[in-house]
Amino acid sequence: MIPAIEVRAVNKSFGNVEIIRNLNLRIEKGERHAVIGPNGAGKSTTFNLISGYLAPTSGDVLLNGQVVSGLPPFEINRRGLSRSFQLTNVFARMTVWDNVRCAVLWASGQRYAFWKSMDDLQDVNERTIRILEDIHLAARRDVIAGLLPYAEQRALEIGITVAGGSDVIILDEPTAGMSRAETDRAMALIKRLTEERTLVIVEHDMNVVFGLADRISVLVYGEIIASGTPAEIRNDPRVKEAYLGQEAVDA
Amino acid sequence: MTELVSSAPMSRAVPGARLRFYAAWGMVAVLLAAFPSIFTSASSLTTFSLVGTAIIFALSYNILLGQTGLLSFGHAVYYGIGAFFAVHTMNLIPQYGLPVPLPLVPLIGGVAGLLLAILTGWISTRRAGTVFSMISLGVAELAVALALILTDFFGGEDGISTNRTKLPAWFGWHFGPQVQVYYLVAFWVFVSALAMYALTRTPLGKICNAVRDNPERVQFVGYDPHIVRYLAFCFAGLFAGIAGALAAISFESANFTDLGWVKSGAVIFSTYIGGTSIFAGPIVGAIFFVYLSLSLSDYTSVWQLYFGLLFILVVRYAPGGIGGTLLMHRMPFRVGGLGRILRTYAIAAVPTLMLVGGFVLAVETIVHHTVNANEDPRIKAFGVSFDASSPMTWIVAGLLMLIGYFVGRLTWRGVTRAWDDARTIASERGIPS
Ligand SMILES: Nc1ncnc2c1ncn2[C@@H]1O[C@H](COP(=O)(O)OP(=O)(O)O)[C@@H](O)[C@H]1O
Ligand SMILES: [Mg+2]
Repeated sequence: MIPAIEVRAVNKSFGNVEIIRNLNLRIEKGERHAVIGPNGAGKSTTFNLISGYLAPTSGDVLLNGQVVSGLPPFEINRRGLSRSFQLTNVFARMTVWDNVRCAVLWASGQRYAFWKSMDDLQDVNERTIRILEDIHLAARRDVIAGLLPYAEQRALEIGITVAGGSDVIILDEPTAGMSRAETDRAMALIKRLTEERTLVIVEHDMNVVFGLADRISVLVYGEIIASGTPAEIRNDPRVKEAYLGQEAVDA
Repeated sequence: MTELVSSAPMSRAVPGARLRFYAAWGMVAVLLAAFPSIFTSASSLTTFSLVGTAIIFALSYNILLGQTGLLSFGHAVYYGIGAFFAVHTMNLIPQYGLPVPLPLVPLIGGVAGLLLAILTGWISTRRAGTVFSMISLGVAELAVALALILTDFFGGEDGISTNRTKLPAWFGWHFGPQVQVYYLVAFWVFVSALAMYALTRTPLGKICNAVRDNPERVQFVGYDPHIVRYLAFCFAGLFAGIAGALAAISFESANFTDLGWVKSGAVIFSTYIGGTSIFAGPIVGAIFFVYLSLSLSDYTSVWQLYFGLLFILVVRYAPGGIGGTLLMHRMPFRVGGLGRILRTYAIAAVPTLMLVGGFVLAVETIVHHTVNANEDPRIKAFGVSFDASSPMTWIVAGLLMLIGYFVGRLTWRGVTRAWDDARTIASERGIPS
């Protein structure tokens, strides 16, 4: 079967600093894949390479069997991949409602239409309402996104990411900066919203990772040192040595 | 959380919004139609033609600045090209006996503005921010230089003139009487404003706002910000061209200054002063700007100086412009703190007016001594006469400024406190500011 995402021998340097070294990754359709690794390992850079925010110095990224590396982000998004950002990245001066509507527009085939009224787009508005209910922001629809409290901005970030209905969702630390309770709620949300889709997620909380992921890749200094099921990762000596604290493995 | 969700409205109250929409625009149409019966003098109708043109121009500029976040320093280029194409069209129609009446000429101006924007826009909208602003400035310089070289088309320093009454009559109208010109301008103001308002409510209009807020994120929901900016730029060019053509019809001429930087500066000024964040802001700004530039120049020879200062003060203290500042008062109105805020304004107004009065007196005295030194020392500014050679004048100006400044500082603190209290109440009740 054709994998959802395939990263083939990708290298990425900034100047003469090699940040990503010979990265190979294969994520099957419908898989929930967690990428873990210490700060600065290159997880966000990997996501930037997959989503088209950065072009690889060498190597290829394939989405559903097609090479997408080198394409601009909007082309990759139109081919069915959507991402969220580690630092909240919403449309700050627009309402919550308009934030989600904008995220739905292209996927609903509206393109750059300037001859239709937004309010008449039944399909767009219904999808937007559904997303707002999913992320529990329906009651906050008229609030300016930039004025939302942090946790709600993170929820909106996820809402914008999943709104277009992409088959492949990649989330960069969606629960960063959240409390325990907020994290649990966000993870339940993510699980529900990404059902029957391919999910790639960067997450620091090991309980969350081992509870959610079908497979895990461990990234250290720009290299994948291990990739496998949670059980395999838990017992991999290199992982224990390089990254996981002993207590995290025992937990 | 769940109960909030289920009590949330399932869909917008679209019928209500639609009714309000038709009511508001219907009222505008009635007002425009009734205007000549209320203000019958030819001069007020001429002033309206100026205002109407300025309104379309400012609204077109706000497609860039307010809606898409593009700061252009050369928007008058598209206005000017509309004016020149209109003038040439008006000269060609009688010459070749074409059956085109005057009310269609603004369309030619609009198409000219649009075509030029299609040509220049692709490169200049590739990037936003400083790059876009600098390219717009370069295009403006280029346009003025070309206008002075291509004298056949632009008529050099003198420009090109025309006669709007030579065109085929339109239902018996020759557009000689000012009131007929008024209705032509009013029609195009209404249509253009309505079209630009409708544009803000389309998918493209919304995505323009998204590009303004976050061009990076837009790419990850499938949109190419370059194309979005380009389309916005083309629409801005189209409506600027219509505005320029209307100006050409009113003045029966077009001149290279129509596409120069003074004109570009004026549209930035009026759009910003009116407020870029709401649709009606530029309308308010255009009315304010035209009215002030017509009246202020009657009172004082250094009116540009006051304009410049006003602009700085708005940027510094009321960045939302007139429209945004008025709208800001919705929050204290909702929490019931508006009365107190207005009272503090009234108190602060007294020393502030003293400060302004002292400042104006000093400026006018200096102007008298430097510019009109040989004339009668008893001068008149803003309808008040005083003796510019008397030391009393300086003492009064100095005292007014000093007292105004120090007392003003105290009273403005009261304003700040009233606002802080209103904000505190608002955040306690969860009302957005
Ligand atoms: N645009 C960039 N230019 C230069 N260095 C960068 C850039 N982006 C990331 N880096 C560097 O790449 C390394 C990996 O960063 P990142 O991918 O954000 O790590 P992670 O997400 O795993 O914490 C860091 O050392 C960071 O400083
Ligand atoms: Mg990161």
